[in-house]
Amino acid sequence: MRDLEHTFDDFAAVRGINFTVRRGEVFSFLGPTGAGKSTTINILTTLLPLQKGTVRVAGYDVAREPGKVRESIGIVFQDDVLDRDLTVWETMEFHGRLYAIPRDERRRRIDDLLRVVELGPKRDERTKNLSGGMKRRLQIARGLMTRPEVLFLDEPTLGLDPQTRMRMWEYIQGVNETGTTIFLTTHYMEEADLLSDRISIIDGGKIIVSGTPEELKNTLGEDVVYLETGDDTKARETLQGVGEIRSITESPRGLSITISADGSRCLPRIVEAVRSAGVGISSVNLKKPTMDDVFVHYTGRELRDAGA
Amino acid sequence: MAWEFLTVYWREMIRFVRFRTQLFASLLQPALWMAFFGVAMSSNFNRFSSAIPPPPGVVPVDYLTFMAAGVIAMTTLFTSLFGGISLLFDKNWGLMREMLASPMPRTHIMLGVSLSGMTKSFIQVTIIMAFGLLLGVQFFPGYPATRITLAVLGIFAFVGVFSLGFLLFSSTISMRLESPEGLQGIITLLTLPLFFVSNALYPIQAFPPLLQVLSVYNPLTHLVRGIRYFALGTDFFAVGAHYSYTTTDLLISFAFLATFAAVMYFVARWTFQKAVVT
Repeated sequence: MRDLEHTFDDFAAVRGINFTVRRGEVFSFLGPTGAGKSTTINILTTLLPLQKGTVRVAGYDVAREPGKVRESIGIVFQDDVLDRDLTVWETMEFHGRLYAIPRDERRRRIDDLLRVVELGPKRDERTKNLSGGMKRRLQIARGLMTRPEVLFLDEPTLGLDPQTRMRMWEYIQGVNETGTTIFLTTHYMEEADLLSDRISIIDGGKIIVSGTPEELKNTLGEDVVYLETGDDTKARETLQGVGEIRSITESPRGLSITISADGSRCLPRIVEAVRSAGVGISSVNLKKPTMDDVFVHYTGRELRDAGA
Repeated sequence: MAWEFLTVYWREMIRFVRFRTQLFASLLQPALWMAFFGVAMSSNFNRFSSAIPPPPGVVPVDYLTFMAAGVIAMTTLFTSLFGGISLLFDKNWGLMREMLASPMPRTHIMLGVSLSGMTKSFIQVTIIMAFGLLLGVQFFPGYPATRITLAVLGIFAFVGVFSLGFLLFSSTISMRLESPEGLQGIITLLTLPLFFVSNALYPIQAFPPLLQVLSVYNPLTHLVRGIRYFALGTDFFAVGAHYSYTTTDLLISFAFLATFAAVMYFVARWTFQKAVVT
């Protein structure tokens, strides 16, 4: 088996991380800014020297065979790493030449990939004139040019509008379907949820929990009812007695009530109880667990609060 | 043999041609030196130096012709010292990660950048010589075409090896610094002594002893000597001083520059191997 195995120990930013990515899967690191995602990617891609632990990427040891690793990977960096004054075609050509892809093969791949990411008509445009989505697509095309075994995507949809983001997800899925292993970092829950075969939630340089999106959500096994009332405190007191309620948290936006049983069956009784206590209800919302809840559950805080 | 450094070279040259202002400034600047400083100084210096008659049989050279070699050297120095700055920008804009994460040997980054810097110097030197001839610089006095060709090649060899040394130096500094301002500061600090403690604009024969010693260890002095050897001949008289160069002088100067470049190569290579850029 040519799986990837990575072990880190005692890192300043990354403190003892162990994980294995299976060949052909999409694996996500989900965590806030500063969690150690980029540090990990930099080590995996040989940009940062390995201090401690063992890391194998595509079957090669990062410390001993960095050259082999570099030949096997593609990277799409977080920020737009494009030379503003090169054209789209030149950007691709430069990259292909860095990897010493023979000329005819290189030119063929450039044409193919630009068609795939729909940048064919823009081939002679300087990259500074491209929109955010086009730039990101160009970088993905560039990352794929060397037909890498493993493609690293560092926050691939950061700062993109929702429509473009959905298009990017389609591209990423398409790339994965051709057999490329994808290592993704993100702080978007829905991105990790939608794309990944498996996710590791990372925070403070440590992996907190790993699993498939379904597994992670099932570990919570709890439905949540969101309630906005005229008097949250009074409603909360009233609800203390309801049997299936596991916990109630109060926030400025209302109450969130975790329920151990099926939420849809509990909901009428919750509403009734609050009403009969004379508290008006302005909004009711039932939610099955999301990655957001998973994150809050495991790290004790919301992702958007945790980030910088 | 891997040729990936040509890829870096190719990109550097695209940038050079594409940054129009930078391109024109770099071509215009040496011409302006010749046109203003050269012409103004030569009208003064020629007046003073006419007071000292040349020894019999020695060819007198006017000041404009004398300092033209200095302007060639100075332009090469500036261009080379700034040559590494593109690495600094690459680093700061994150572009270098693409190269560092690729299988290309890291030394090729500095080789590509150096080669392009050298090319820029060659273009500038050609322009200065052509423009100088228009202004009345008397390079290659009475030489036949073959000798002119050889002399130009000789000048290019000196300019090439000199610029290589300073480009590698500049690349090293750029890899170690964070900001372009820092590089600018170091360059400004270096150019003054390098330029003025040399034979670029005036003879060193009249320097105080300490400056004379320093000037001998100044690479710029050796570059200027090489250029004058090829452009003016082995025996001439300028700015009140008698110059005579032997082939040994020439070879020593070239060896000095080659050694300088070699040392800079190893320093730069060491820096690049160790470089961590994220």
